[in-house]
Amino acid sequence: MNIESQLSQLIAGLPEGIAEGVALGTGLVDGYDLYPSPVGEVVVTFNLDGVSSVDLATDGFEQRFSERHGKSLLRAEPPSLWGTHIPDAIEAGTPGKLPIDLSSRTPFQGQILRIAASIPRGEVRPYSWLAREASRPGAARAVGSTMARNPVPLIIPCHRVVRSDGSIGEYSLGGVHNKWDLLTYEGVQPARLVELAGQHVRVQGNASTRIYCHPTCREIRRSKPEHVVDFTSTARARSAGFRPCEHCRPGD
Amino acid sequence: MTRSLAADLDGAFPALVQSVGPRLYWGLRRMSGDHQEAEDLTQETFIRAYRALGDFDRARFDELRLVPWLWTIALNLGRNHLRNRSRRPTFVEMADHGVEDQETPDSKAWDKRFTALSANQRTAVILRHAVGMGINEISETTGRPEGTVKADIHRGLSRLKLVMEQEQ
Repeated sequence: MNIESQLSQLIAGLPEGIAEGVALGTGLVDGYDLYPSPVGEVVVTFNLDGVSSVDLATDGFEQRFSERHGKSLLRAEPPSLWGTHIPDAIEAGTPGKLPIDLSSRTPFQGQILRIAASIPRGEVRPYSWLAREASRPGAARAVGSTMARNPVPLIIPCHRVVRSDGSIGEYSLGGVHNKWDLLTYEGVQPARLVELAGQHVRVQGNASTRIYCHPTCREIRRSKPEHVVDFTSTARARSAGFRPCEHCRPGD
Repeated sequence: MTRSLAADLDGAFPALVQSVGPRLYWGLRRMSGDHQEAEDLTQETFIRAYRALGDFDRARFDELRLVPWLWTIALNLGRNHLRNRSRRPTFVEMADHGVEDQETPDSKAWDKRFTALSANQRTAVILRHAVGMGINEISETTGRPEGTVKADIHRGLSRLKLVMEQEQ
């Protein structure tokens, strides 16, 4: 056999993994991996722009992802630059250094989700608060639907967002019992929130400092119980001579 | 292929990887003698190509000569890659771990033979006789005149013959 025909036989098939690497690197598919979480094992999906979704690792997650994002999934290791932050972000309930791909959301939804990400662990805020923080005080209903479609629950902590009357509200990741468990895990007492909502309490003031807060704000939780005053509206708190807390910004 | 890429880049791109990928990978594999480097370069070439094609207009698709263009990207990346060997791909596909390094017949022997050629001879011989490109395409890819490419191939083949005779 001459040398030219020997050279022509040096081509074989494409080794496994290369086409998959190209699909991930171009963003034509997203990668996924499995992680533990306080509500059980979750699937975290990602691409070069960041984490694109979090879902319960139950049957059909690939199908659900493809319906919502119009892409398929490949099991892969996340980009080395930030992949190691994923477990911390799930545990802390905040993105921290983790980039989040919110390109499938509208600018308003992205803004609302970033505000939700700022709610401290152990505290909750009502829909109306997020709408006000986004300078769209009338948009509480749009906030509710943005939370219901949060692509990255746990990491963007929509479980810390409650209804404007203070009641627990719905939860997209497996149902409201998971929201209840997550809040308990983070040191919020959901039963207490339900009780306050039942009494129409929206804010609580400290009779000593004359500052009023959301009932889960760390400032009011630090107050001596005998100093805590319940108010059914911010207007009533203000007319009683209280001013809003600068930490939880309960509104005027 | 360029027509289907122009019509639906996302839909047609996986077929491009399947059709051009084997020759690209094995050409790079023979040039570098290293699976990992060839894999990195093949992936990076396609990723760069995908991004570039996203900005192409109709006219640029019409005049695109896909295979020489992909090889131009690959050879440029290869030159930079040698300077920066610590660079790792952004993604590591899990299924890839533990996959046996694939080999063509006499792979090690060919790697040794090719070390006897200059870099230009090696590139020209591999592109011509392993990958199967035309002289004008190789000239376009390497930026060297056709006469020079022909001379590289001729001298490279003579050199390979000599090395293979000495093996016996």
